[in-house]
Amino acid sequence: MTETAKETIKVTRGFSDFSETVKSLSGLDVNWCYQCLKCSSGCPVSYAMDFTPAQLVHAIQLGLTDLVLNSKTIWLCASCQTCTTRCPQDVDLAGVMDAVRIIAQREKIKAKVPEVPTFYRSSLGNISFFGRMYELGLVLTLKLLTRSFTKDIGLGLRMLKKGKLNIFPSFRGALAARRIFSQVKAMEKR
Amino acid sequence: MRYAYYPGCSLHSTAKEYDHSLRAICTRLGIELVEIKGWFCCGSSPVHSVSSLLASALSLGNLMLVPKMGLQEVFVPCLACFSRFKSALYNLENEPGLKQKMEQVLGGRWSDSVKVYHPLQILSEESQLASISSLVKRELAGLKVVCYYGCLLTRPPKVTQFDICEYPESMDRVLRALGIATLDWSYKTDCCGGSFALTRTDIVLKLSHDILEGAKSVGADAIAVACPLCHTNLDTRQEEIERTYGTDYKLPILYFTQLMGISFGLSPRELLLGKHFVDAERKLEEVSRHA
Repeated sequence: MTETAKETIKVTRGFSDFSETVKSLSGLDVNWCYQCLKCSSGCPVSYAMDFTPAQLVHAIQLGLTDLVLNSKTIWLCASCQTCTTRCPQDVDLAGVMDAVRIIAQREKIKAKVPEVPTFYRSSLGNISFFGRMYELGLVLTLKLLTRSFTKDIGLGLRMLKKGKLNIFPSFRGALAARRIFSQVKAMEKR
Repeated sequence: MRYAYYPGCSLHSTAKEYDHSLRAICTRLGIELVEIKGWFCCGSSPVHSVSSLLASALSLGNLMLVPKMGLQEVFVPCLACFSRFKSALYNLENEPGLKQKMEQVLGGRWSDSVKVYHPLQILSEESQLASISSLVKRELAGLKVVCYYGCLLTRPPKVTQFDICEYPESMDRVLRALGIATLDWSYKTDCCGGSFALTRTDIVLKLSHDILEGAKSVGADAIAVACPLCHTNLDTRQEEIERTYGTDYKLPILYFTQLMGISFGLSPRELLLGKHFVDAERKLEEVSRHA
């Protein structure tokens, strides 16, 4: 974060603005964390992250917004809820991850693991259009957006052959789902 | 007993065998499942990372259809859906003002009496275990199974309010009632990588490899599961895992409802065993004894 050694770091009393933003969005207070590292020890994906969950929480406490929103960690959290379950301070860390992902998407931050938010958008677009998830459509959309045309071709064909993927979408429930999507959008704009 | 039934998207596509086997065993047990008319997707794993309001609205919108059927209790076999529904109910209770917002978004009154159950919650009750035992026609006594519960059946416990969060026993109890030997192992609630299957497949391969390795190391013949995402990662990706890690498992992955069905004397065809990538029928044939 420091660009030159002479840069002054402003120390303010109380909690960082970023931790307050997370709190106002999710109701979760990361300042309870005392760095016992239980979350990071139990995290199944920490091996692939650039910051452990405990480091990420510390960064939120310190208000290091750029570091957090530009981390791989926020996109690699699998939402398995192990950290949330084990935290002795009752910090719902999986919920905190949700909140920072929502902030990153809202701020249009270029994601460090771009295929993950692409997957979110494609999935939700799929649901809002078809009502029920049309898996084959989702897979094809993802292939186009991430340019991964050859990935899982064999697997996909075998799943089709086994009747595990429907060829046609259902559209049942589509109207109700679309209505909810537009109502929520309207409420969030207010 | 009559329950509303929310199959969710996977049970109509990648996990049809879970839907078929669940319906079949419920019929045998005298549990009537009435599918919710006009249900839609719960938002699954992506929705909570995009909008908390949308996450609650999609779940509660579906649950609002339940009282209209004259029912209050709903069976939710997919753990992604189960987790979404339970979280929505938890937030409704704990987040001031959410109920009003939801009623506004959904254009209806919310009835607090709706209850969400995973089938294991009902089937592992003492009275059900007795009926389950009494229906066994084909004993799978030689089969050694590990129960894999995945992340979301028990976590986080304040939301799911079910079983022991780190070492659940409900599925073990159900399978033991069938006379199946279930083994102790360390991966009951470890993560399989879930929805990273389509984005960061490498993570799924690693985590699912750890689970398969754990099952093999205790000498399991098969893994029983209760979630379509876990099944897809462990079954359809198993060959890829074997190729990536140079291992050889050929471990059948069965929905616990399929094991119940086989024990109740239903045919592999009725239970759609042929849909699995890793063959299960040979193993079941080897170990079974007709009662």
